Amino acid sequence: MSEIPAELKYSPSHEWIRVEPDGTICVGITHHAQDLLGDMVFIELPEVGRQLSHGEECAVIESVKAASDIYAPLAGTITAVNNSVEAAPELLNQQPYGDGWILKMQPDAATDLHKLLDAAGYSALVASEA
Amino acid sequence: MTQRTPLYNAHVALGARMVDFAGWEMPLHYGSQIEEHHAVRGGAGVFDISHMGVIDLHGNRSRDLLRYLLANDVARLDTTPGRALYSCMLNERGGVVDDLIVSYMSPIWYRLVVNAATFDKDFNWISRHASSFAVDLESQEDLAMIAVQGPQARQQVHQLGNAYLTLGQSLGKFYAATKGDVFISRTGYTGEDGYEIILPADDLESIWQQLLDNGVKPCGLGARDTLRLEAGMSLYGQDIDDNHTPLESGLAWTVALQPASRQFIGRSALQQQLDAGLKWQLAGLRLEGRGVMRSGLQVTLPDQQQGVITSGGFSPTRQQSIAMARLPLGDYQTAMVTLRQQQLPATVMKLPFVRHGQPL
Repeated sequence: MSEIPAELKYSPSHEWIRVEPDGTICVGITHHAQDLLGDMVFIELPEVGRQLSHGEECAVIESVKAASDIYAPLAGTITAVNNSVEAAPELLNQQPYGDGWILKMQPDAATDLHKLLDAAGYSALVASEA
Repeated sequence: MTQRTPLYNAHVALGARMVDFAGWEMPLHYGSQIEEHHAVRGGAGVFDISHMGVIDLHGNRSRDLLRYLLANDVARLDTTPGRALYSCMLNERGGVVDDLIVSYMSPIWYRLVVNAATFDKDFNWISRHASSFAVDLESQEDLAMIAVQGPQARQQVHQLGNAYLTLGQSLGKFYAATKGDVFISRTGYTGEDGYEIILPADDLESIWQQLLDNGVKPCGLGARDTLRLEAGMSLYGQDIDDNHTPLESGLAWTVALQPASRQFIGRSALQQQLDAGLKWQLAGLRLEGRGVMRSGLQVTLPDQQQGVITSGGFSPTRQQSIAMARLPLGDYQTAMVTLRQQQLPATVMKLPFVRHGQPL
């Protein structure tokens, strides 16, 4: 079974979003997404400082099965990327909600957070795609 | 309706991700296909390959039938019962109906192991020609099959009991032996040493469990594909098919044109292709940078001629993407691969990519 932590927000394209105390967000891919993709072999990260519109492609993850885009869950600016997943892409498989995070962003508007799915909404989405 | 092997419940209990493969529900991996790949290169792994087809030929003229049906020559097996041979079975146009392994068990018994996806096609094709040779075909559907592969695979199989030790101990590479219900051959699809074992479906689960208890890693189709790709072995339906001859698919070494007197299906088409001059080859590619080549991607050569990737993936042993590609005949060293709208440089290389666990 996929793990879907209750405290996180989710996008329909299988990213998870954690809201940090300082208002920035941390983004990764869900346990369900990594399970579908299989072993990760390459991760291409964006540059810090890049401005993203909502839904814009901002990273590429390549698994044994396929290459997939990561989409910005909100409009905003990239404040950090996780360089350790470039050297160890398997972190996305092993700790998708922990050391396998991909990037951090400063959202343009905090109100946009309401557009994301909660854990129940994401669970329903996963069930509907099964 | 998909079919299940006798190990279906065992796979699910191990947490396997199951996928449909040629109408069979098969394990893709049990968690990490890369770990499974490394287990086979460094130790021993076991694959459920019960989806593959086993066809026995019985009759005095089985040898004659096979000399007519196969591009390789089973006469090469004559003096040594138990010997196995890899061959393509061709259509009249020289295209490949299937690739298979034939074992010479006795003058009146040959055993074929064929691909799952082509089983019905193969069986019908062979049946069509068998009657005029008075050869009986027997499809062994109550038999199951596993492959145990890796540098420690033989030792692991010998520990399964006296029958396995006796059969395996003195078995040479590309030989098969049988005792009672157990058939083992020193063959495989990984580039490593090991066995493929055919046994009654009822006995399979206990043998499987014994291997797992002894530390052999269960491996799925994902690892099977990257292992065979590193070993430069063709996959039917991708690198070889009905529309290409073995000569243009890197399999000329499996075609026995001598003796010239042997008439086999597809021979005249191959001869015509040789007379006209071959136009295509199957070559290896390795990607120098990041990214993974996949089947169907376009390859552009320095002279602007084009080819296509037939099989591609990530090589866990080399830590880079490797592929087989159908390229125009020529002596190429480099190529560009179109990957996600980018042209990425690749090196053309001879197969295999890996031998005995080492990158070449």
